[in-house]
Amino acid sequence: MKNKIKYLLIASVLTCSAQIAVAAAEEKVVHVLNWSDYIDEQVLTNFTDATGIKVVYDVFDSNEVLEAKLLAGGSGYDVVVPSASFLARQIQAGVFQKLDKSKLSNIGNMWDDVEERVAQFGPLNDYSVNWHWGTTGIGYNEGMINERMENAPTDSLAMIFDPDVVSKFADCGVHFLNAPTEIIPAALLYIGEDPKSTDTEVIKKAEGVLAKVRPYIQKFHSSQYIDSLANGDICLVVGWSGDIFMAQYAAWDAENDVEIVYAIPKEGAVIWFDQLAIPKDAPHPDNAHEFINFIMIPEQIAIATNYVWYANGNLASQAFLDEELLNDPAVYPTPEVLEGLYTVPTYDAATQRVLTRTWTKITTGY
Amino acid sequence: MNIKEIQIPTFLKRIFNGRNTVISIPYLWLLFLFLFPFIIVLKISFAQPVLAMPPYTDLLKWGESWWPTIQASFDSYLFLFSDSLYIHAYLSSLKIAIISTILTLIIGYSIAYSVAKAPTQWRAILLMLIILPFWTSFLIRVYAWIGILKTEGLLNLALTTIGIIDKPLIIMNTDLAVYIGIVYSYLPFMILPLYANLEKMDMSLLEAAADLGCRPLKTFWTVTIPLSLPGILAGCFLVFIPVMGEFVIPDLLGGSETLMIGKVLWGEFFYNRDWPVASAVAIILLAILVVPIMFYQKSQEKAIS
Repeated sequence: MKNKIKYLLIASVLTCSAQIAVAAAEEKVVHVLNWSDYIDEQVLTNFTDATGIKVVYDVFDSNEVLEAKLLAGGSGYDVVVPSASFLARQIQAGVFQKLDKSKLSNIGNMWDDVEERVAQFGPLNDYSVNWHWGTTGIGYNEGMINERMENAPTDSLAMIFDPDVVSKFADCGVHFLNAPTEIIPAALLYIGEDPKSTDTEVIKKAEGVLAKVRPYIQKFHSSQYIDSLANGDICLVVGWSGDIFMAQYAAWDAENDVEIVYAIPKEGAVIWFDQLAIPKDAPHPDNAHEFINFIMIPEQIAIATNYVWYANGNLASQAFLDEELLNDPAVYPTPEVLEGLYTVPTYDAATQRVLTRTWTKITTGY
Repeated sequence: MNIKEIQIPTFLKRIFNGRNTVISIPYLWLLFLFLFPFIIVLKISFAQPVLAMPPYTDLLKWGESWWPTIQASFDSYLFLFSDSLYIHAYLSSLKIAIISTILTLIIGYSIAYSVAKAPTQWRAILLMLIILPFWTSFLIRVYAWIGILKTEGLLNLALTTIGIIDKPLIIMNTDLAVYIGIVYSYLPFMILPLYANLEKMDMSLLEAAADLGCRPLKTFWTVTIPLSLPGILAGCFLVFIPVMGEFVIPDLLGGSETLMIGKVLWGEFFYNRDWPVASAVAIILLAILVVPIMFYQKSQEKAIS
C-alpha cells in the first residue's frame, strides 16, 4: 500500500514536470491567415496529424486588408500570405522576421526561377517562401460571349478595354477586380505605356482608358466573381487565374451548362507571387517555421495546388501535380508567355495616393 | 477589539454609496468604450503617415526636457477640403441615409401601427416575427438578398415565370439594391421604438376625436402622429446614424459607383495606408452626426419638461 502511494507521488511529480516542460516550449497551435479559397483543408489535417500542432485558419480577400492588420501590430498570426509587391513594403516597415533557414530542411524543393523573380522586389527570399503564383487575366462565359459577339478578342486586352467590345457584354454582367494596383497597370499597357510606371502623370492616363468602358462594368469586387461567374450571373471578368479556374470547376461540378474559360492577354499580364512569411510579433514562431517547412514537402503542396489550380513555387512538387494542370499553359505559362508577364511595382505613399484617387475617380465618377 | 471601532471616513461613504455606484456604470462604459477610442482616433488624425508599425507618427515627442513637445499636424483636415471627393461622399451618404430613413419610417410605422392595434394575444407573436430574423447573422441575411435580387435570382425567376416581365430586372449592384438592403436590415430598429410608443397610446383620445366629429384620417394626422413623435424621432435616429456610416450593405449589394463615406474611409485606410486622413474623415463624420443627436436631446428635454 505504502509503495503504491510512493509510485503515485512519483507519477504525479513526473506528469507535473512534463507539463512544465511543454509549457516552456510553444503551445501546440499555429495561427494562419491566408487568402480565401486558397487551400485544400486536407493539407491542414495532414499537418496536425504529423506534428500534433493545431491550425487555426483564417482568410482574407485583399492585400490591403492584410496590410492594415499587420501594420496595426499584434495581429496574433504566425503565418501570413501577402503578395510580393506588398511584402516588400511591409518588410521595410519592419513587420516581418527573417526566416530561420536551419529550421526549413525542405527549402531545397523550391523553384529557383520563381525565387529569382521574387528577388526583383527586394530581399524577399530572406523573409518568405512562395505559396502559389499566378496571373491576372480574363475570365469569361464562353456561351454567353459567343452569343453576343462572333470572334470576340478573348486573348487580348481589347476584350476588357475596348468600349466597342465591352459594351456588347454589358447586359450579361462585367466585373473587374477591385485591385487598383493590378487593373491600372493593365490599362496603361493597353495604351502602350509602361505598366510598371510610377510616374503619376502616366498613372492618371489610366483614367481615360477605364472611363470609356466604365458604363459597361457592373462592379469592381475581388471575391464575389467566383460564384457569380460559376452561376452564370456574369459573363466577363478581369480576375485572378486560380479564382477563375475555381469558377470553372464549380460550374462543371454543378452541371449547369456554364463553360468558363481563362485567358492571359497576349499583350502581357500581371504575374504575382503570394509568399508565406512570419510576422515579427508572431506568438508561435517555431510552429510557424514547422508549418512552412511542412508546406514545402512536395506531396503536401501538391494537394493544395491540385485543388486551387494555381501554379506553385515548389519545383519538386511538379511530379505530384495533375498532368492536366501542369500542361495547362494558362496555369504554367509557356516560356514565350512568361516573357510577356510583368510584376507590379511597390508604390510609395504619394504615388499610391494618386493611384487610389484615380481609382476612386474611375469607379465612382467623383 | 470591537468591530464597530473601525470607522469608514464619511466622505468615502458618501462617494461609494449604492446610488453613485449604479450611476457610475454607464459613465464608465462611455469613458472606456466611447471617450478613449475617440481620443485615440482624434490623436491619429493629427499625426502624419509613415511607413512603420503603426503607420503614423507619434504626437508627443519626449526630448531632453520634462515636457514632451507636441507635433500636431492639421494636414489631414486641410487635405479633406482640398479634394471635392470627400464633400461629395458626405453628401451622398447623407442622401442615402435620409432616403432610407424616410422609407424605413413609412414601412416601419405601418407595421408598428398594425402590431399595436392587433388583438393583445397576437402582439407577442407579431413582435417575435419582427425580431426573429435577428437570430441569423446580419451578413447571411444580406447574402440572402443577393440570392433574391441577382439577375438569375429568385425575384426575377418568379416574375418571369408568372409572365410579368420577359427580361430580368437588373437590381443587384445598383442603388436600389442598397436601399432594399438598408431598409430591410434597419426596419426592426424603427419598428420597436414606434411600437413601444404606439402601444401606450391612450385610445380614448382617438375616441374623443371621433366623438367630436373628426374623420379617421385627420385624427391620424392631428392626434396619432403628434403623440407618437418621440417614437418617430427615436426610430429615425436609430436608423439614420448607423446608415450614414454603412459600409457592408453598399459593398455587397451596391454597384461600384455607390459613393458612401464608409467606402471612402475604407480606401484611405486600406489602399492609401493613410491612417491620419482616415481618422480625420471619421472625426468629421462624427461632427456631422453630433448635430442631429443634439437636436434629438433638445427635443427629449422638451418632451420631459
